[in-house]
Amino acid sequence: MTRAPFRQHEGVAAPLLIDNVDTDQIIPSREMKAVSRDGLADGLFAGWRYTAPGGREPRADFVLNRPEYAGASILLAGENFGCGSSREHAVWALAEFGVRVIIAEGFGDIFAKNCVRNGVLPIAASEDAVSGLASWVGPDPQTRLPHVDLKTQCVTYDQSAFAFEIDAYSKRLLLNGLDPIGLTLEQRPEIDAFLDADAERRPWLYAD
Amino acid sequence: MAETLFDKLWRRHRIADAGDGADLVAIDRVLLHERTGGVALKSLAEAGRSVLDPRRVFCVMDHIVSFRAGRGRDEARSPGGEAFITETRRMAGEAGVDLIDTDDPRQGIVHVIAPELGLALPGLSLICPDSHTCSLGALGALAWGVGSSEAEHAMATGALRVAKPSQMRVRVDGRLGPGVTAKDLALHLIAAYGAAGGSGMAVEFAGTAIDALPLEGRLTLCNLAVEFAAFTALIAPDQTLIEGLRGKPFAPGESHWQAARTDWAELCTDPGAAFDREIQIEAGDVAPMVSWGTSPEHAVRVDGRAGEDAKALAYMGLAPGACLADLAIEGAFIGSCTNGRLSDLRAAAEVLRGRGRVAPGVRAVCVPGSKAVRAAAEAEGLDRIFTQAGFEWGEPGCAMCFYAGGETFPPGARVVSSTNRNFEGRQGPGVRTHLASPATVAASALAGRITDPRLIAAGARAA
Ligand code: SF4
Repeated sequence: MTRAPFRQHEGVAAPLLIDNVDTDQIIPSREMKAVSRDGLADGLFAGWRYTAPGGREPRADFVLNRPEYAGASILLAGENFGCGSSREHAVWALAEFGVRVIIAEGFGDIFAKNCVRNGVLPIAASEDAVSGLASWVGPDPQTRLPHVDLKTQCVTYDQSAFAFEIDAYSKRLLLNGLDPIGLTLEQRPEIDAFLDADAERRPWLYAD
Repeated sequence: MAETLFDKLWRRHRIADAGDGADLVAIDRVLLHERTGGVALKSLAEAGRSVLDPRRVFCVMDHIVSFRAGRGRDEARSPGGEAFITETRRMAGEAGVDLIDTDDPRQGIVHVIAPELGLALPGLSLICPDSHTCSLGALGALAWGVGSSEAEHAMATGALRVAKPSQMRVRVDGRLGPGVTAKDLALHLIAAYGAAGGSGMAVEFAGTAIDALPLEGRLTLCNLAVEFAAFTALIAPDQTLIEGLRGKPFAPGESHWQAARTDWAELCTDPGAAFDREIQIEAGDVAPMVSWGTSPEHAVRVDGRAGEDAKALAYMGLAPGACLADLAIEGAFIGSCTNGRLSDLRAAAEVLRGRGRVAPGVRAVCVPGSKAVRAAAEAEGLDRIFTQAGFEWGEPGCAMCFYAGGETFPPGARVVSSTNRNFEGRQGPGVRTHLASPATVAASALAGRITDPRLIAAGARAA
């Protein structure tokens, strides 16, 4: 499945500056109601976003419910964001909600990979960079929009800017909206050669 | 050049350069469960692709299945959960993969049945859309958790594109004291180095204390590697472990056994091989551990005190520096892929045997990790020890390890649990999870408060 390329993005940034936000918080398991990638945005951060479990009455003080952060598409987070369960539903929920970029001090490994597969850019930045950005955004989030450029690997805001690292593979997938399965199928001859040799080496693995 | 165990596993599965600094890595077996695997099968079918080799894909029902004794074939433990069971069954049937259904005698938690059935073996590469797949590194396999899209990718192509992670070795020398388990060791490590301590790394456990751990303890230790943010964990297989795999349904048959065993004997880190980071732990320093907060790094010795994290303390209903021993509990759970194996049940039963019933007001539940574990435990009479002590004795599955809607402990309940995650709401809205070993859970259930199992072990039995 190809998707829209990610080149640059500018949008409202919402701070959720907590460490170790796990995927159970991002999408509680009780909110995963069907064998599907869709319909998950409503359950995003349900435990924090609504007043009661399973309910839909917004909790006024939760960042994504506050009017100044309406339409947020950039999330600012602490260390180890998206740790825990591998559920890709966490990213599907974020993406459906409209999040395109997450700038955190660090990410859960599987979560970061899931982001890239779904056209969401995970940016690992220093604590200073994240808090600097959050305090610039703070006074007026609706007009103070950070600008993210994947090609130059740079986040700019106000008079400031910081560069970020991203591995070349993730960058290429995002920039070109590539389907990784398609890429791998292009290497099918190499895979077949490997499997043939391996079937000689470990015949038991290929037995019926 | 001297290679680590991980280098060897990687080299054996590296098909080609995938560009951009990534390798194309062959995936020997894919494991699926109904919670995240069904959607992978579904989106594969929707993309008009098929499973490259269905003989190497296995799908089991474990997450949403009811743990009620005598459950029905489609019975889920959460409202609407039946759809995950029936949809996954249908998708697995269409894809032609081996389905281990709710009523199959092989059924159980994916990470528990994989070693039982010989699905996980030394030298294999395995993925599963489940973060605790790292458990299977305990057999000397290259096993890691992925998202559903990556599972789909591996099923369609037999391979994944992955950048080789950096490597850490955790050496644990000396002996774990009496009543101290692999669970305590894992919590000790995570508490000392943080929940992001092994971030993105392949972590090899080695040292005399690891050599002394039987397979089940190794599985427990490797299980918690993802709570350390590791890419995966691994341990070099020894002869005892390898011999224990002989004759398993998906292990090499007799005609291939000698060759496989010779091959597996090479799976160890060469002397002088380099790691990006090394950590040393003295086994004798480890005590029974219990968590106090909402991250596995929030763990201390069972006679210790809670930390300072205000958000975690508020959720857990604790004051900063509160003493953990003697905190009153309302729930106890033994089970999960961390501690739902036979040796875990034995350790808990040993604490319970002849010591009466769980304290009034404590709901205690034991759910064996698989049907094989359940049958073996019943053959030893462990089920009677649990039920006579007042524990519920459930049907295998993930059960109360995570909440998916449905029945659980009440909000605010303090629960000592042999599971791996103490996240907010993990076991139910408002439920306060304290992670501990099965022996600590059993001791705490009897006392009605968090209790060091070594104190109970020293006390007399009633009968
Ligand atoms: S027992 Fe818990 S941690 Fe293990 S696979 Fe099941 S839900 Fe995940």
